[in-house]
Amino acid sequence: MAARDLARFKDVPKHLLRPVPAWVYTPFLQRAAGHIARKHPRLFRRLGPHSHKNFLIQFTNLPFVLLLQPHPGHVRIEVFRDARHVEYDAKISGSFLDMLRLLDGRMDGDAIFFSRALRVEGDTEAVVSLRNALDDVEGSIAGDVADLFGAPGRAGLSFLRRIEA
Amino acid sequence: MDAQLTLGPVLFNWDPEKWRDFYFRIADEAPIDTVYVGEVVCSKRAPLFEPFIAETIERLAKGGKKVVFSTLAEVMLPRERKMTEDLCAADEYMVEANDASALYRLRGKPHCVGPFVNAYNEETLAVLAELGAKHFTLPPELPGEAIPAMAVAAKRNKVSLEVQVYGRLPLAISARCYHARAHGKMKDNCQYVCGEDADGMPLKTIDGQDFLVVNGVQTLSHLCLCLMGELGVMRKAGITAFRLSPHSHDMVGVAHLFRDVLDGKAEAAQATRKLEKMRPDMPLANGFFYRKPGHMWITGDTAQAA
Amino acid sequence: MQEETRKKPELVCPAGTPAAFRTAVDAGADDVYCGFQNATNARNFPGLNFMLDELEEAIDYAHRHGTKVLLALNTFPPAGQTQLWKQAAADGARLGVDAFIVADIGVARHITEKHPGQRLHLSVQAGAPSVEAIKFYCEEFGVKRVVLPRILTVPEIKSLKSEIPCEIETFIFGNHGLMAEGRCSLTNYATGYSTNMDGVCSPAGDVEYKEDEDGNVRSRLADFTIDCFGCGQNAGYPTICKGRYHAPHRDDAYYAFEEPVSLNLAGLLPDLIEAGVDAFKIEGRQRSRAYVRAVVEAWRKAIDDVVEGKPPEIADLLAFTEGQKQTQGAFQSKKWR
Repeated sequence: MAARDLARFKDVPKHLLRPVPAWVYTPFLQRAAGHIARKHPRLFRRLGPHSHKNFLIQFTNLPFVLLLQPHPGHVRIEVFRDARHVEYDAKISGSFLDMLRLLDGRMDGDAIFFSRALRVEGDTEAVVSLRNALDDVEGSIAGDVADLFGAPGRAGLSFLRRIEA
Repeated sequence: MDAQLTLGPVLFNWDPEKWRDFYFRIADEAPIDTVYVGEVVCSKRAPLFEPFIAETIERLAKGGKKVVFSTLAEVMLPRERKMTEDLCAADEYMVEANDASALYRLRGKPHCVGPFVNAYNEETLAVLAELGAKHFTLPPELPGEAIPAMAVAAKRNKVSLEVQVYGRLPLAISARCYHARAHGKMKDNCQYVCGEDADGMPLKTIDGQDFLVVNGVQTLSHLCLCLMGELGVMRKAGITAFRLSPHSHDMVGVAHLFRDVLDGKAEAAQATRKLEKMRPDMPLANGFFYRKPGHMWITGDTAQAA
Repeated sequence: MQEETRKKPELVCPAGTPAAFRTAVDAGADDVYCGFQNATNARNFPGLNFMLDELEEAIDYAHRHGTKVLLALNTFPPAGQTQLWKQAAADGARLGVDAFIVADIGVARHITEKHPGQRLHLSVQAGAPSVEAIKFYCEEFGVKRVVLPRILTVPEIKSLKSEIPCEIETFIFGNHGLMAEGRCSLTNYATGYSTNMDGVCSPAGDVEYKEDEDGNVRSRLADFTIDCFGCGQNAGYPTICKGRYHAPHRDDAYYAFEEPVSLNLAGLLPDLIEAGVDAFKIEGRQRSRAYVRAVVEAWRKAIDDVVEGKPPEIADLLAFTEGQKQTQGAFQSKKWR
């Protein structure tokens, strides 16, 4: 598996993203989340009661965390510098690239969990539910997001995907 | 009909003499109506106490006990199939089926359905009654809330119902022997290491918490099921027989406690306290009855509400 | 049975979501098995399984590609609550599933009476490993295929095949259950959710991972610690039968039942086909479509290879196994027992 490759490239996204303050990303992510929500309404049906939970997503090699609230009709994603003052039901930690692979449907959540590259704390049922709901989204969520930003978006995603290849 | 008290099969590997003496004492002293006899857990153990079966049965009969033979819970190997076939072929006694191969052999003649057969609902009960079943011991995890519907079906199909009310809960069975595994052996050369643990080999969690016990290929609860406080509710719902699962302590005493409560001669709460004192190392549990985790002990208001 | 008249064995693949379902069909599944989003099936996990409209679309997709759909109705309804199972049977029949996978005697009888002509498979949850047990279900309910418990050796399967009047399906890959299926209340004992009645095993809602300062992770199920993993060690899901415990005469905590491993019978595939197995089942409705794609593609190729007389090449699926360890379990030798 790609543990070796990750070690080699783990600083690339960090290097790309570090100079920008966290709040800059929020509108971008918010727009992306709204787009995904409109495109894949069944995702929320599948989440059921867990669509009202707050998910903290922590990238082990990036200097910020995401708070995802997949509430039907008003999905929110916020960016925070760190997790200290954020209230959440469940926390998922992993490398940015592993999360991207998950979103792309190219990697098995159980498989990376078994390898301990992905860690879960708090409401495990909500995380399993989110994992299953995301896995039912065909095509690629990452691809959808990249499409939002046209050619530069697609080029960026393609670059990130090449890192792990 | 009067509430019957029954004694389930000995699940553990006791010395054959101890096994015989246990039943002798039950025969002579215990207020028990029906005794289930036979090896349910491991086919390798059956030959050990075979020499003592005839005298045991005789003594139990002399003591006024009805004897029912229980079949193996898991039947796979040729010797297990043969054992089950032989047991089911006899006509002179009732047989309690504990797997589908016994159900297959017992079709068309009166028999009992044991707790290891998954008879969870009224339709299953009706099918098995059609095939000759007369008496059912419900699966231990079936909650109390399912009893009324089972009782209605039992009445309609003219069969009777029994529930285990005492003893460690059988939780799982496997093809692999975990007693042998614990001793670095395999099932085929196990040297009967399960004989060292009269009530099962305790398994604690890595934090030192009591959890399960291993009995050869079987896994049971560490805690001891006790439905003393629920006897009245179950009787009203239509349960007519109550099963005690044997352990190495004073089962005659246990039987008297249950009999007295069934007869209205003792209070359930008081009898329960006496049971607790008998085996402080085996605390009581009744969660399954309330559709709660099986290890829970639910009393008083909580039990009322459930 | 004559070698040349033997049917090519079917590849039976899991689907926990519509996306995984289409992935399995595209990857070459002969049959896909799935269940409704409720207690009527043995993988009643959060966010998993099918709603009515989803199943309808899935069946349509499968049938257009020549794939059969098997509906898992393989839990045991408690008395007084059988309506949910009856509704699922009616829905499955109406939508045109190709077979029902059943475990409960009452459910089997209900389908034979209310939906005559529907094909029945006996679920592994019915736990029928012997000639007589299997014949019981064949003769009473017309069961056409039995999914064998994972406790038999290849020679035992071969001998069984010659004595029973139905097809045999065996697991070839995936999670390796230790306890006799359909007869395990360990999860219910710890959590209050029953594998047989609720279709769950170590439900996620009761699972907790606790990490200490040294990076050790304790996996817990409800009130009980099931295992602990040091830094760098592979983690396992807290399944009771794959936990570590203390026993009186063991110095250290040990895997009292089994280590976290997965079943992989790649090496035995030619022998299993030779033994007369009619269908090979991949476990994993709770797994992702990435798993489904990789595993189904690999086994599709392997089965095709063996049938064509070529030695099978199985892609490396180790990354998809629990604890990243695999075993041939009981299939290879009685020593496993």
